Amino acid sequence: MKLKIFFSIIFFLSLTPLHSNNNKTELLEIYKNLRCLVCQGQSIADSNSDFAATVKLVVQDQINTGKTKDEIYSFLISKYGEWIVYQPTFSKSNLLLWILPYFIFIAGGLIILMITRKSKNNKTN
Amino acid sequence: MKISILKIIIFSLIIFALFVFWRGLKINNNYDTKSLIGSKISNFRLIEINNIDQYISEQDLKKNKYTLINFFASWCAPCRAEHKYLLNLSNENKKIKIIGINFKDKKVNAINFLKDLGNPYDFVGRDADGKISVLFGAYGIPESILVNNQLTIIKKIIGPIDQTQYNEVLKLMQ
Repeated sequence: MKLKIFFSIIFFLSLTPLHSNNNKTELLEIYKNLRCLVCQGQSIADSNSDFAATVKLVVQDQINTGKTKDEIYSFLISKYGEWIVYQPTFSKSNLLLWILPYFIFIAGGLIILMITRKSKNNKTN
Repeated sequence: MKISILKIIIFSLIIFALFVFWRGLKINNNYDTKSLIGSKISNFRLIEINNIDQYISEQDLKKNKYTLINFFASWCAPCRAEHKYLLNLSNENKKIKIIGINFKDKKVNAINFLKDLGNPYDFVGRDADGKISVLFGAYGIPESILVNNQLTIIKKIIGPIDQTQYNEVLKLMQ
């Protein structure tokens, strides 16, 4: 029985740092995707500005109250506009931004295919 | 035939890139939150600077025809410059209530600031760690937000209020 209690304590103790580590990585991930509005090209994670410190506090609070990453982003977008997040949300106005890389990738592939086919044809001729 | 398709694709990509660059040159890169005019302010709870038992929330703003929410601090030099406009607004216009939010400041300094320059505010709240400023989408001070009794933001003044901004606020309330 004593051994059981001992092992269960060890088990829970080992879980705690793991949980806090997960929390830290999630926080860092969120900070990295948030733009520091008063800095030059820095994220909230990189910046030591007053604004970044405040946003970090707010994000921590929201994580503690059980909000998800997306809920936090949409809260901050509602307050500061979409400029605050580095990764823009999918909308009608930025449809092209999301689709274009795939389009260029496919178009590039087609161009390469055409060129190789052409050179093959030239060789056989 | 195939090569002409290739040429068309490359040509249209170049045209597209030029179009994007041309559009990019026309876009204003100076960030501000003025795009949020027309949106509503959300739930908040602002505690009075001198009395922690007294507070206001968004429901209290519904009682005023217009409310100007002004972020200030004793350490902020532009806040001193705009203070006379806030005093004028509070003395000369009865349609508007002014709420001051003391941002990341020492309580004593804030009280002395208002003693020295005069108190234009109908309510002074405290935002010691800046979290309330995020609820209002403020990212620096001074910043002022004019809302109507529907809690809709009708004007945002980023930076100190000057004569032009003051006149615009008066015009909006007519």
